[in-house]
Amino acid sequence: MSEAIDRAARAATDGAARVNGADSVGERGTREGAATHVVAPGVVDTLEPDRHELREAPRYRFALSRRQFLGTVGAGVAVLVVVRDGLPLDEQEPGEAGGHGGFADPISAWLHIGEDGAVTVFTGKVEVGQDIRTSLTQAVAEELDVPPSSITLIMGDTDRVPYDAGTFGSRSTPQMGTQLRRAAAAARATLLRLAAERWAVDDVAQLELAAGRVIHRASGRSAGIGELTGGRKLVETIAADQPLEPATRWTVAGTPLPKVKGPDIVTGRHRYTSDMRLPNMLVGKVLRPPAFGARLASLDTSAAEAIPGVVVVRDGEFVGVAAPDEATANRALAALRAEWETTSSPPSHRDIFEHLRRTASGQANGRGGPSARGDIDAGLAAADERLEASYTAAYIAHVPLEPRAALAQWEGDKLTVWTGTQRPFGVRAELARAFRIPEERVRVLVPDTGSAYGGKHTGEVAVEAARLAKAARRPVRLVWTREEEFTWAYFRPAGVVDIRSGVRRDGALTAWDFHNYNSGSAAIRTPYEVPNVRTVYHPADSPLRQGSYRALAATFNNFARETHMDELAARVGMDPLAFRLKNLRDERLRAVLEAATERFGWSRWHVAPGRGIGLACGVEKGGYVAACAEVAVERSSGQVRVLRIVQAFECGAIVNPDGLRNQVEGALIMGLGGALWEAIEFEDGRILNPRLSQYRVPRFTDVPPIDVVLLDRKDLPSAGAGETPIIAVAPAIGNASFHAAGVRLRSLPLVPYGLWVAENP
Amino acid sequence: MAPTLEIHVNGRLHRIQADPAKSLLAVLREDLDLTGAKYGCGEGQCGACTVLLDGRAVRSCITPVGSVGARPVLTIEGLANGDALHPLQQAFLDEGAMQCGYCTPGMIMAALDLLQRAPAPAEDEIRRALQGNICRCGTYPRIVRAVLRAAGTATEAGNE
Repeated sequence: MSEAIDRAARAATDGAARVNGADSVGERGTREGAATHVVAPGVVDTLEPDRHELREAPRYRFALSRRQFLGTVGAGVAVLVVVRDGLPLDEQEPGEAGGHGGFADPISAWLHIGEDGAVTVFTGKVEVGQDIRTSLTQAVAEELDVPPSSITLIMGDTDRVPYDAGTFGSRSTPQMGTQLRRAAAAARATLLRLAAERWAVDDVAQLELAAGRVIHRASGRSAGIGELTGGRKLVETIAADQPLEPATRWTVAGTPLPKVKGPDIVTGRHRYTSDMRLPNMLVGKVLRPPAFGARLASLDTSAAEAIPGVVVVRDGEFVGVAAPDEATANRALAALRAEWETTSSPPSHRDIFEHLRRTASGQANGRGGPSARGDIDAGLAAADERLEASYTAAYIAHVPLEPRAALAQWEGDKLTVWTGTQRPFGVRAELARAFRIPEERVRVLVPDTGSAYGGKHTGEVAVEAARLAKAARRPVRLVWTREEEFTWAYFRPAGVVDIRSGVRRDGALTAWDFHNYNSGSAAIRTPYEVPNVRTVYHPADSPLRQGSYRALAATFNNFARETHMDELAARVGMDPLAFRLKNLRDERLRAVLEAATERFGWSRWHVAPGRGIGLACGVEKGGYVAACAEVAVERSSGQVRVLRIVQAFECGAIVNPDGLRNQVEGALIMGLGGALWEAIEFEDGRILNPRLSQYRVPRFTDVPPIDVVLLDRKDLPSAGAGETPIIAVAPAIGNASFHAAGVRLRSLPLVPYGLWVAENP
Repeated sequence: MAPTLEIHVNGRLHRIQADPAKSLLAVLREDLDLTGAKYGCGEGQCGACTVLLDGRAVRSCITPVGSVGARPVLTIEGLANGDALHPLQQAFLDEGAMQCGYCTPGMIMAALDLLQRAPAPAEDEIRRALQGNICRCGTYPRIVRAVLRAAGTATEAGNE
């Protein structure tokens, strides 16, 4: 069993290495540097394949030396996980040409067992609500046979943890989880060896490790795991092929573990970045242009500077203030007299889709490049029914409930910044570049953060706070307002998808020609069997800043594909489920589709006036999802009400069932917003709805009864689960709306103004 | 110079210097270092800043501190009795009713208001009462279950 897992893991990493190698050809410099989707059967998709995963590679990596790591801990056992050739950290960062080779210290994580038996784990991953702190704790507890309460994770502190590209791409569970399991397994072996030596036991197999103690039953001897080193500091370095517990034998992992920091959260004790304060701290505010691209023509700071305690900074286009409290900072900001110049007249949300088509640059090359098989024209000619349709998706915002925040402090020429980011080392690099100082003089710490959803990859708020702190010579905390968060962060890309397809009367697909403009290439390839297929991603000119978002373009690509599949099923008069199964060989996708429809009662549903059912499925990042929705359409208003949703999800072996269920439900509910209403409106370089009173996100009464079915494949490696469960809900609801009212919805959001408006826009 | 105000928070009397127009949220966070109530939108739309004022849930981000007067303020920090969590806090833990946790203090305070008025609310009643509180992580079903669970517990425990 464990051999099978190891083989799968090796196959997965081989795949990554291969694609990674291909990437180092240097496509990244061009805007076409997105990735194709490489999935080996039964293997976790090891690549984050989308160019919109906003990440700029740090130019330099001054990784801590092993001595520096170890200097921070006392006696005990330390295990360093070294990533060998072919398993580079860069697999998380496919954009970086040249790879990791040449850097001295490829440690990816490490753990330490102190003389008091306390286990400390050091990882560059961060906690943004996905509860990876808990599931990594669980993974270590399982391998080491210690209680979860004895484990502390140091996360996202660049002075104390090894380099990590960032927390995105559903990589933490399959990658960091596996590496920490290996480290813990090695520590366990070391502890058993130490005990065997101490007690002169010949065979380590006579020893047990349980609940933090090593026990020799034959002699009745036992010792706590911290006592075994006898005051020495033992250091072990391990590579990637340490044997692992097979998932079928997991005891702690695979069962629910309550959120590690839960008690601090329900009591209000946990300090998010925006809650932190330092002695003599000032509050910062930044002067924003009235529109994107506006240039500062003139600035009079005298009134602001006349306010006691206020520091005003102008440095190029950056203008900001710092003051002892929020109200004074706001007053100072309002007292700045700025004149701005705007020149261009950029597209608005009304003409964005024409604009994206018009500016599309042919097709992406390299990793985002087109894939083709067979002959589209021949496939269309062989079809009984042909269909051409276009689909659109609006820009949407992440709306993390905690807006971007940073607290910056200079001590001499050393800069420390606490900030909520998914890329602590990336932000460290940004800061080092911005202030022209070496990275080793910058420390970034990421407190467990008030959510991100792919929206916190960048460090602008950290740079702004640090600039103000430098001028003020005092610590400065800067928390973006909701309006700033809506305007000056980045968005999930808008996009257009054009599909041409052909199908035979018996339901077999003959041709599939799929073009995505701007939104990205995640999950762009069809999982269905089709002999003639072409898939092309066309980068375009986005008037708004765009970047990562939970599941990236997979949501829109899957929406277009699954809506189109529904249209084809209707064309040939087939049941949507039967039509999909006819064209689907992927067993894992079939399994979730069957699980969801079975639980939903798809084949037993009775027609009711004004009601309809729809389904959709998809695969992305090693996760398989299928959703069924039932909706009611109100005749007069055209409002679509979602009555219930059943969603099945499978991501290999389940680590924490309750945490997984929480992620699957949460993704689905977040997906309701993008499916039904969310859309950023903009014109003349301004966001028109940058407030929660103007931008509708899901609330309590929007959530229908949800039934989540989890399939546990203990024979398969665990994949991440924070993203993929978002990709099926929109097409399921759209298809159900068609079933209910005969109106085909081809835009995200589906029904911001009701069905009849969607029919006659 | 800002005037001196007296404000009762979590059973203690505080004397602070603040403009009466300053928001209660800013006073709690800046002057009293009680950061359990969060900023989320500044326009009373998200509920992250919810505290109880004289027993009723208010949006502290749009409540001027000058309007508080002698009425008692209860924040999430004042809810537990020493190490003993309030049944609502315990219920949120038991149901795993959080992901990032940023909305949690506001959710708990809004739910407390509901349970004080309606000790055994129906699910629909809970949803309507918490409609003004946003959880972007989408833990709504769990929050509803947590409130239901607390309602059971709260009755047994005699509601504090």
